[in-house]
Amino acid sequence: MNMALDFHVVGDEIRDTAAPAGPIEKRWDEHRAHMNLVNPANRRKLSVIMVGTGLAGASAAATLGEAGYHVKAFCYQDSPRRAHSIAAQGGINAAKNYRNDGDSIYRLFYDTVKGGDFRARESNVYRLAQVSVNIIDQCVAQGVPFAREYGGLLDNRSFGGVQVSRTFYARGQTGQQLLIGAYQALERQIGLGTVEMNTRHEMLELIMVPDADGTERARGIIVRDMVTGDIETHLADAVVLATGGYGNVFFLSTNAMGSNVTATWRAHRKGAYFANPCYTQIHPTCIPVSGDYQSKLTLMSESLRNDGRIWVPKKAGDDRLPSDIPEDERDYYLERIYPAFGNLVPRDIASRAAKYQCDAGKGVGPGGLGVFLDFAEAIERLGRPAVEAKYGNLFDMYARITGEDPYTQPMRIYPAVHYTMGGLWVDYDLQSNLTGLFVAGEANFSDHGANRLGASALMQGLADGYFVLPYTLANYLSHAPYEKVPEDHPRVVEAQQAVEERVQKLLSINGTRTVDSFHKELGQIMWDYCGMERTEEGLIKAIQMIRDLKAEFWSNVKVTGEAEEFNQTLERANRVGDFFELGELMCIDALNRRESCGGHFRGESQTEDGEALRHDDEFAYVAAWEFADSQPILHKEPLEYEYVEMKARSYK
Amino acid sequence: MKITVRVWRQKNAESKGEMVTYGLEDVSEHMSFLEMLDVLNEQLTLAGDEPVAFDSDCREGICGTCGVVINGIPHGPEVTTTCQLHMRTFHDGDVIDIEPWRAGAFPVVKDLVVDRGAFDRIIQAGGYITAPTGSAPEANNIAVPKEDADHAFEAATCIGCGACVAACPNGSAMLFTAAKITHLGLLPQGQPERDSRVLGMVEQMDFEGFGGCTNIGECTAACPKGIPLDVISHLYRDMRNALTKA
Amino acid sequence: MTRLPAQRSTVALKFLMAVTGLIMVGYLLLHMYGNLKVFAGQEALDDYSHHLRTLGQPYLPFGGALWIIRVLLLASIIGHAYAAVMLWRRNRKAAGFVGGKRYHSPRGSRGIQRSYASFTLRWGGVVILLFVIYHLLHLTGNQIHPGGASDSPYERLVNGFEIWWVVLSYTIALLAVGLHLWHGVWSALTTLGANHSGTRVGSRLTPLSWIVAGVITIGFLIPPWAILLGIVD
Ligand SMILES: Cc1cc2nc3c(=O)[nH]c(=O)nc-3n(C[C@H](O)[C@H](O)[C@H](O)COP(=O)(O)OP(=O)(O)OC[C@H]3O[C@@H](n4cnc5c(N)ncnc54)[C@H](O)[C@@H]3O)c2cc1C
Ligand code: HEM
Ligand code: HEM
Ligand code: SF4
Ligand code: F3S
Ligand code: FES
Repeated sequence: MNMALDFHVVGDEIRDTAAPAGPIEKRWDEHRAHMNLVNPANRRKLSVIMVGTGLAGASAAATLGEAGYHVKAFCYQDSPRRAHSIAAQGGINAAKNYRNDGDSIYRLFYDTVKGGDFRARESNVYRLAQVSVNIIDQCVAQGVPFAREYGGLLDNRSFGGVQVSRTFYARGQTGQQLLIGAYQALERQIGLGTVEMNTRHEMLELIMVPDADGTERARGIIVRDMVTGDIETHLADAVVLATGGYGNVFFLSTNAMGSNVTATWRAHRKGAYFANPCYTQIHPTCIPVSGDYQSKLTLMSESLRNDGRIWVPKKAGDDRLPSDIPEDERDYYLERIYPAFGNLVPRDIASRAAKYQCDAGKGVGPGGLGVFLDFAEAIERLGRPAVEAKYGNLFDMYARITGEDPYTQPMRIYPAVHYTMGGLWVDYDLQSNLTGLFVAGEANFSDHGANRLGASALMQGLADGYFVLPYTLANYLSHAPYEKVPEDHPRVVEAQQAVEERVQKLLSINGTRTVDSFHKELGQIMWDYCGMERTEEGLIKAIQMIRDLKAEFWSNVKVTGEAEEFNQTLERANRVGDFFELGELMCIDALNRRESCGGHFRGESQTEDGEALRHDDEFAYVAAWEFADSQPILHKEPLEYEYVEMKARSYK
Repeated sequence: MKITVRVWRQKNAESKGEMVTYGLEDVSEHMSFLEMLDVLNEQLTLAGDEPVAFDSDCREGICGTCGVVINGIPHGPEVTTTCQLHMRTFHDGDVIDIEPWRAGAFPVVKDLVVDRGAFDRIIQAGGYITAPTGSAPEANNIAVPKEDADHAFEAATCIGCGACVAACPNGSAMLFTAAKITHLGLLPQGQPERDSRVLGMVEQMDFEGFGGCTNIGECTAACPKGIPLDVISHLYRDMRNALTKA
Repeated sequence: MTRLPAQRSTVALKFLMAVTGLIMVGYLLLHMYGNLKVFAGQEALDDYSHHLRTLGQPYLPFGGALWIIRVLLLASIIGHAYAAVMLWRRNRKAAGFVGGKRYHSPRGSRGIQRSYASFTLRWGGVVILLFVIYHLLHLTGNQIHPGGASDSPYERLVNGFEIWWVVLSYTIALLAVGLHLWHGVWSALTTLGANHSGTRVGSRLTPLSWIVAGVITIGFLIPPWAILLGIVD
């Protein structure tokens, strides 16, 4: 019996009609060659709304501004330089083959498709690998201080378990340096007046307006000025969402406190399809939760697994100090189960393995939610100075957060939600199913399939922003300007009222529970039932729990303060309100996908020895969800592979 | 532990603020400083009071959003960001003063939140390399000596938090501005705009109402990223060159 | 606020401050050297004083070189004081005081050059200015003449410094000068771009500035105390 069907209905199949055909290496070039251009003199008259100025948004806004379009950009932080992209540590991939180790565009393409467990589109991923090369050139020209070798040329490292060294990095702060590069290009345009930047402005609604010929187009947004509380309307010829991922539905994640789904969710409610919402990436090496006051989780670079050994006590409930546990009473479970890859198995596998150990009562630290990551052997083998040189800053960070010294006692790590592969559905041109609404960066679902490889999110964000959107958006704008939308257009007024009512509603409930208490409870439900392992029973239970919690939220939340002021509680309440709906859809999507693939592991779909089992015959599709009040509508976009063969991933 | 905090409360930019005292009963030493404020805010909300407004986002010490003055020291007694400061630095019974950055160019928005838009405008005035998308040459065409690259990187780690301004007795933004000038000035790509960059950024810095630098070095001491003081000398050198050429 | 060109920026004012400051430091070193001639006896010092006035003759009239130095010094002090006042006014506003103070907490000081000296720069400067006026009236113009007037600079000196409060006033002034230069020399060199040290512990300029400050203070203080204690008479 398929219980999932009680929760949704199946709609028409969809296709990516923008996707070009032909040999994969030529697709993007051919496609670009046939795009319409906009006369430079006309660009000034064309306006674009850019919501989000992280890597994807800032790079796109800067490039469009440079090209002469009038760009209005928005972010919720006090400066575009603070977008969550800044936190990325590891690096950015590019198929430069500077190491002469056999890398190529094709190999990067192949690794990404395989890493995504064959749930991504070939054409998109190929284009990504192609433009990766230009990204590095662009960033270096902007002054991004990538690591260099003594000869002065760029350094590379291998990352995320691939066999080539294609990752460019700037110590442990690659995301920061890339974002600052894009931010500076953006600030330059702001200074020149081509981009109008609105910081501390949060998008709360999308405005769709029909043309004279009846075509519905994305024409504007409603934002709240977070300082004054004013609700403002902004109109343009096209709207781009580059608002990042939604990992914060779990409350605890490695995402920034303000990361949210509101912008994309509001668009979803206006008709944009939300694709693969259940694909979340859980990173194995995070610092464990220390108490119920915990507000977020901190990622420790994956590189620690190169030298650290992961273990738990063999006996459940063993609470001796790690130093008191003799070698033969320790279980180096990754090395035992995956002898070939050992501690270096991919993220999803390492995470799940840690969960199983903790579920079996062998977890260490507070609440038994942690496993040891031990450097004792590495320190003995390499000497402390060598370990310090390689990992010193990470050890310091660990020591600062936990108050423990990782040189003398093993670190404790636990998996944490890190990245969301799902997002708004877009076609090859990054346009959603809503005409004129484009989506870039982590906010779209496009390139990573069911699992993202390390160092490829930064690549995708910048590819979208610097090299894809500027073309595809121009192509769209070549038919613009569209009819001017008057400020009192019924659609505008309606959207504005909806926002105002929602704000008033939140402020008027005046219940007894805080916003955070709801968010934490929602996060716990998501983590327990829609986290590392999902089962039909658990998901169904979760859906009901989320619905109940949501109902309680809307009748019992306490939001202090007023609408017309700087009000952080109100901001959070509004975001949490959307997280409930997203959480429910994630569970429904997970329930529907009765296979295990990438970051999505269904307990019912595993091999005999507990590995993920895909069902390509049934589920080789993108699940694009259309919003509906009771049962969301599932549109399947079949995935076809012409260039790579679908295989089972194996790391044994 | 038991902690008493005295927090600057100010409704908005126009109103006058004051220090208000609150008690916290159960503070764990493992909490981060901001988590302690989260707990305070939960407490205040349930009591029907306004929670304390403060800024934070990444809580990993990298975005530069957070930042308050703790016992008179920006980001508190340790060399790190406020979000990475943990309560184990304090002791049972401590009284902790929490105030916003104070600087003429950083008006208070509410409570502990200030407006640091001036920093963005300083960057607009020259803190970039003009490299239109698509025009870039092959990345490895220009080698950059590792030493310069490392030094540039060090200066580029500034997170734009503003602690330097809050610490400087003159409310000067020299460390922030100089860090950017040093970062870009050390790279070959940054040479063509080197003069116009320093002239533009310094003009803007003054225009925003930041103070002049008297080489006190309090900024470096408060900087969570340890931006070294010699970046300021670098700025002076660039400025000297630019002015003598003009 | 209007946007001023870079030539009139805080950084340009700092250049003015540093250059004028160093000119004055240079003068003080010379001046100190001259003063120490007091140990060589009346003749040597009076000769020296006379020599100052005949310097450059016959190309310059009597006292010409001295007047050039005086003009340069005057320009320096005016420039220096002008810049000091401009920056001072601006910095107070920039620091964002509320109700007379900036932070409620007593500040923990951790800065590299944050020291008593760097904070007494301004008041120290004022003390120096007042001293210079007093000093000019005393030893150059001879309008005030504690201990008795004389045409011989040597005698003016000795007469004056036999009185304890005159020595005390010079001592206070010189401590102010010392403190001023303790930070000032370091600061001026940094301003002129000479600081290449990125470390938190300061730089090689730090000992240099201490030495200059120390030499000037002590060098100047030796003659008055020597006179007071009767070593020179
Ligand atoms: C700790 C960590 C480490 C990582 N390390 C790596 C790595 O090493 N390599 C790698 O490739 N990837 C890494 N990633 C992933 C990568 O950083 C992100 O996927 C990527 O940076 C997302 O960029 P973005 O531009 O799409 O979104 P973001 O950078 O998240 O930007 C979102 C923007 O949208 C704005 N916004 C959001 N909502 C609204 C709204 N409602 N209204 C207005 N504005 C809004 C925000 O203000 C912000 O400007 C890491 C992620 C994390 C969390
Ligand atoms: C013990 C310390 C000092 C002694 C004994 C001393 C002595 C003298 C004497 C004798 C003269 C007159 C020289 C002449 O007219 O031929 C003089 C001039 C002067 N002194 Fe000093 N001085 C001392 C300290 C200082 C200090 C600390 C300063 C400045 C900060 C200073 C600045 C000057 C100036 C500006 C003149 C005038 C030069 C001119 O225009 O002729 N002196 N000093
Ligand atoms: C008229 C009296 C004086 C006043 C009011 C004064 C004031 C100041 C002030 C406020 C500063 C710090 C300025 C800043 O860094 O922004 C300063 C710096 C300095 N002063 Fe003075 N001063 C005076 C006289 C002197 C004298 C007589 C000397 C030399 C002997 C001197 C040498 C210096 C030097 C070298 C600096 C460092 C310049 C820099 O920071 O770049 N000053 N002074
Ligand atoms: S220089 Fe340091 S203190 Fe100043 S903004 Fe940058 S990181 Fe913050
Ligand atoms: S503390 Fe201020 S005075 Fe200069 S050296 Fe730092 S900006
Ligand atoms: S919140 Fe990002 S640096 Fe503290």
